[in-house]
Amino acid sequence: MSLLWLRFALGCYFIGLVYAFVALTRTSDLFSRIALHAASLGMVFHFVSITELFLSGQIVWASVHNGESLLAFLSMTFFMIIYVIYKTTSPGVVVFPVVFFLTFVAAVDQQPVLLTQFVSHKGWLIAHIMLIFTGYAALLVSFGASILYLLQERRLKAKKPTSLIAFLPALEVIDQIGYRSLLLGFPFMTLGLITGSVVAITAPTIGHVDFLDPKILLSVLMWAVYMVMVFTRWNSGWRGRRAAFLATFAFVAALAAWAANYFSAIHRFAAS
Amino acid sequence: MRYQLIGVNHKSAPLEVRERLAIPESRLPDTCRDLTSYPGIEEGMVISTCNRVEIVTHTTNGHADLRGFLHDHFHLDPDELDPHLYEFREKDAVRHLFRVAASLDSMVVGEAQILGQVKEAYATARAVGAVRGQLDQLFSRAFAVAKRVRSETAVGSSSVSIASVAVELAKKIFGTLQGKNVFIVGAGKMSELAARHLMAHGCGSIFVANRTYERAIGLAQKFDGQAIKFEDLYSTCDRADIVITSTGAPHAIFRREHGEQFLARRKNRPMFFIDIAVPRDVSPEMAKLDGIFAYDIDDLQQAVTTHVADRRKEAERAEAIIASEVEKFEARVHTLDVVPTIVSLQDHLETIRQAEIDRVRGRMGQLTPEQEIAIEALTRGIINKVMHTPITTLKTAAKESEATTVVDVVRRLFNLQVKAKDAERPATNKDEVGSRQ
Repeated sequence: MSLLWLRFALGCYFIGLVYAFVALTRTSDLFSRIALHAASLGMVFHFVSITELFLSGQIVWASVHNGESLLAFLSMTFFMIIYVIYKTTSPGVVVFPVVFFLTFVAAVDQQPVLLTQFVSHKGWLIAHIMLIFTGYAALLVSFGASILYLLQERRLKAKKPTSLIAFLPALEVIDQIGYRSLLLGFPFMTLGLITGSVVAITAPTIGHVDFLDPKILLSVLMWAVYMVMVFTRWNSGWRGRRAAFLATFAFVAALAAWAANYFSAIHRFAAS
Repeated sequence: MRYQLIGVNHKSAPLEVRERLAIPESRLPDTCRDLTSYPGIEEGMVISTCNRVEIVTHTTNGHADLRGFLHDHFHLDPDELDPHLYEFREKDAVRHLFRVAASLDSMVVGEAQILGQVKEAYATARAVGAVRGQLDQLFSRAFAVAKRVRSETAVGSSSVSIASVAVELAKKIFGTLQGKNVFIVGAGKMSELAARHLMAHGCGSIFVANRTYERAIGLAQKFDGQAIKFEDLYSTCDRADIVITSTGAPHAIFRREHGEQFLARRKNRPMFFIDIAVPRDVSPEMAKLDGIFAYDIDDLQQAVTTHVADRRKEAERAEAIIASEVEKFEARVHTLDVVPTIVSLQDHLETIRQAEIDRVRGRMGQLTPEQEIAIEALTRGIINKVMHTPITTLKTAAKESEATTVVDVVRRLFNLQVKAKDAERPATNKDEVGSRQ
């Protein structure tokens, strides 16, 4: 049943995906309203899907697909918060495709729950997952904002008034969205990594932890880039090209760390 | 549809003529009263702005002498005035008024002021009773059409002056202008105008630097701002988010190294340079820096031109909306025209039916309730069958230009003239009461 709801959500997000591509070439108020409503409806289905999983009583996020579904939901939540504050759907240009992709993968089939060896650390595990995912979602939004910033900056510099300029929010607003997400995401990411380490070290069944595991290395790398981003922004106000470069780097590192789930020994989703 | 309109606008008449026709606000009510007491005019109102004077009327026969009214009222020589006048009747008058209200006939197409001016003129004329049922209907529709044009096309959306383009760009960079500081370098008329626009949109403090310090002080006082010595320009400039520069310097006064300094001190918060100097004050090298947005006079002018072109394109869509609205309005008015005739025709035949039933009742003696019902049904049925075609014809005719002829024929055939007029009067009065509440 949970999967069915997720597929409904996927259908709604598809409209968002189409919007993301159309919005880059032309502005349509009507379409952005349609996309917004579709996304909200998608979130309702999505929420039902996640709640149902949760009520089924297992450590529900302990499979890659469920994790992806949760991450997609959190990213949409971020998008909606931004919409409420700034009244702009433009971050959807970046957020929608990612959310669609994550939901799509998650909605393909049901995976068996795998991390049964952590039952004794259930609370820690849930905290780890929620924190890390909130961090991921914030990073995604921040990455999206830096891309939009770059686009808007280019357009303003090119001095050719186009419809894209009208569609995107003001440069400083985009900047604020990005910076706030960055600041918000950093503590979550940090705490998420700490709780993850706690689980890894203290869980009795896991035994030896290899700190040269690709998952751990990539996570640390991502965190380091994240910290550099926050620091350069705070210290010298880096934005535009340089900030976008760093954000892209952090985003790629995050993707790699995520992809590492499929071959790392730590999360061991694929192996067991 | 006995609407008639006469007027002059910025295209048809030079300023000297428009000046002589312009009516000050205080005299508008009197002019409206004069207008309605002029022969052949039932309702009338006057729109007088700096770009146009229009007289809109509903007449008794569609051929009122509006030119005569203008000559009499303004004591103008016909030879002098007539070449500049345009006059529209019926559908054309409706179309012209719709275009005026939707700002398609304006000097700056899409400017929003005209709608407000028409609304005021309408309120004034209504207050003195010069506008009643017919013009009421026309103007309510005109306002609705103007609103539709505004919401469905982008005809009013883009700025068309350099100062307003500058404000729009500043907003695209900073979002809100609340609390943003402005630096004027070189006190000139144009920079003053731009600064005024920016302040009107909420900008915070103003700094002024000028080669002649006294002029800087003078301008700073106007804005309640702060005068800066020209030699302190580079050390203070980074305090401003928006710099309007228009010095007569032969070389760029803002160069790459200055831009780098400013950005470093501002922690890379962006700066917007409005460079209206020729030759330019901001070097192209500095304009390339990330975080520096410099628009010179040509860039701004180009933005204005693009906006004007955009508006023209949107205006075409607006014209299409107006055309369809004029058709709709005409159809509605014509339908309303035939309604009184239909009603009086029905009344007329009903009276005949009742009279005939009463006449034969005495001869038929006592009737059972069933028989009563049968007679009622029979007579009604005959009347309805007979009425069906004339009413359909009237309704169809309402949508075409021959409406008046058909209405006349029907009225004459059934001898309805007097009754129709009587039926029309109370209806109009009722409308008035209804719409005034």
